[in-house]
Amino acid sequence: MAPGDDANRQKRAPAEGRGDVMLGLAAVAGLVVAPWLGVTDFQLSLLLEVMIFAILAMSLNIILGYAGLVSFGHAAFFAVGAYAAGVVANHVSTEIWLSLPVGILVAALIAIPVGWLSIRVSGFYFLMITFAFAQMIYAVVYRWNSVTGGSDGLLISAPTFLHNPVLQSRHSLYFFTVVCFCLSFLVMQRIIASPFGRVLVGIRENTRRMRALGYNVRNYKLAAFVIAAAFGGLSGVINAQLNLFIAPESAHWTQSGLVLVMVLIGGTRSLIGSIIGAAIVLLLQHSLSSYTEYWSLALGALFISLIMWAREGIYGLAVRGVALLKERAS
Amino acid sequence: MTEFIIVQTLNGLVYSMLLFVFALGLSTTFGLLRFVNLAHGSFFLLGAYVGVSTLHATGSFALAVLGGAAAAGLAGLALERMFFRKFYRRTDLDQVIVSYGLAMVFIDIAKMIWGKDIRSLPSPEWLSGGIEIASVTFPVYRLLLIVLGFVLFAGTWLVVERTRIGALIRASVDDRDMVGGIGFDVRALFTLVFAAGALLAGLGGVLAGPITSVYPGLDFEILITTLIVVVVGGLGSIAGAFWASLLIGVTDTFGRALFPDSASFLIFGLMALVLLIRSWGMLEEEME
Repeated sequence: MAPGDDANRQKRAPAEGRGDVMLGLAAVAGLVVAPWLGVTDFQLSLLLEVMIFAILAMSLNIILGYAGLVSFGHAAFFAVGAYAAGVVANHVSTEIWLSLPVGILVAALIAIPVGWLSIRVSGFYFLMITFAFAQMIYAVVYRWNSVTGGSDGLLISAPTFLHNPVLQSRHSLYFFTVVCFCLSFLVMQRIIASPFGRVLVGIRENTRRMRALGYNVRNYKLAAFVIAAAFGGLSGVINAQLNLFIAPESAHWTQSGLVLVMVLIGGTRSLIGSIIGAAIVLLLQHSLSSYTEYWSLALGALFISLIMWAREGIYGLAVRGVALLKERAS
Repeated sequence: MTEFIIVQTLNGLVYSMLLFVFALGLSTTFGLLRFVNLAHGSFFLLGAYVGVSTLHATGSFALAVLGGAAAAGLAGLALERMFFRKFYRRTDLDQVIVSYGLAMVFIDIAKMIWGKDIRSLPSPEWLSGGIEIASVTFPVYRLLLIVLGFVLFAGTWLVVERTRIGALIRASVDDRDMVGGIGFDVRALFTLVFAAGALLAGLGGVLAGPITSVYPGLDFEILITTLIVVVVGGLGSIAGAFWASLLIGVTDTFGRALFPDSASFLIFGLMALVLLIRSWGMLEEEME
């Protein structure tokens, strides 16, 4: 409610300096060689899941962190992408070059009317209206038995490429995901660093001024919403290839809430924060739920501590820590 | 057919009144404190659980109602002092985060204390009978709930419109800084309103117990429907909350009876429609 409140605390956009590029390359190299480093099957699956949800979290962060729109229904686009790809694979063709773009496209197409209506309201009302649309999508997916399999979920035919089975082994799927993940990060990073991305930040900080400057605020918001949905759809398609199954629960609001938690824990001021947030939430979920059933307690406590003492999220906290160390050293 | 309509209407009214008791607190904290409280469902569930335990220990439903409402009210008082008041002037996203975090913590604490199973909270013996209305027998307890909802509506309306404290609340909804500026203790007023809202939520939790039973997850179920009520009724309006409770409660009940599974489509669509109609011809900032 207080614009400009966060502006003073804003950090320099990440991945700009040469050091950051080197760090990024090292991370990618680490991801690529991971399967040969004695990583167990379970850990590989976890990495896969982290990358898939990192794409989803980053895409949500484009509208949340950059355009300042809190969407509580983002998982719906994940589900739409997965279902669309699944229906294509089952009824049209199992070719991955077809099902992947169709999944992304359908998610983006559905985001156009949903976004067009939702951006008419803002603040808490935006949260509620995206929530409402997502729950409506959930209801459709849950009920439309003939197409989506209803409450049982949808079994998806294994993908092929030029009639050869592909992505059948965990390893090939892993590399496929690494490529999608890196490309998504680069493209989204490009988008937010572009003039378009700067306009989004301007809208977040002072909508009225941007409108006075002649920007069509609603068009920018809608574009950001559709782009975010397209990447959300992509993550859904990849997840569908991983499990060859999609359940209606993936569109449920609890799933949207979880993605929101990922973004907020990591920090909304950079895409890297969203990756870290996705990793932390999934790690917590897997490690805590195998020891205790009370992982929501841990996540909630982490959430409260961050909002009370470290509003910039874990990544922002790390950036601040590194800056402090450098200052001490010099 | 008439039987079906009568029964569903009565059920819808019962549900509406429970929604209203719960929405009162949510709507006033929205309107007065500009606070988005996603932990409001936790007060509801806390009240219900304390009610279950009290009933188990004492066997008295009246004590269960008192205990549940008091526990929720005290929890609201404590949480307002510890957390929420620090967030009144922060963004709505921050408020969503802190209250969602508290709700997540609460649900696990509740599971530790009361377990994950569904707990029953039977209505008192002397209210277990039925009354015949146009050839349909309807439980006395449910009829009493409907009456109670109307009484509560009249009561809160009187408090807000006809008392000094109500005048202060209305003035603070319009301009809290001015009310503070002319020398009233706005913070104490906020704490009071917040605790009262939590108390009503706890009361709603115990009263709903005999109808819904008590289980983890109930907190968010009721919260979501009530958020819809509050958005449809307009933030901070008691009369708005009342009529919206009736509209959503009855629509949802008929929806569930006629098209099970897709009933939520109906009320979510209704909310989206109301939001869009209200936003008609407005700029984005004006919908804040």
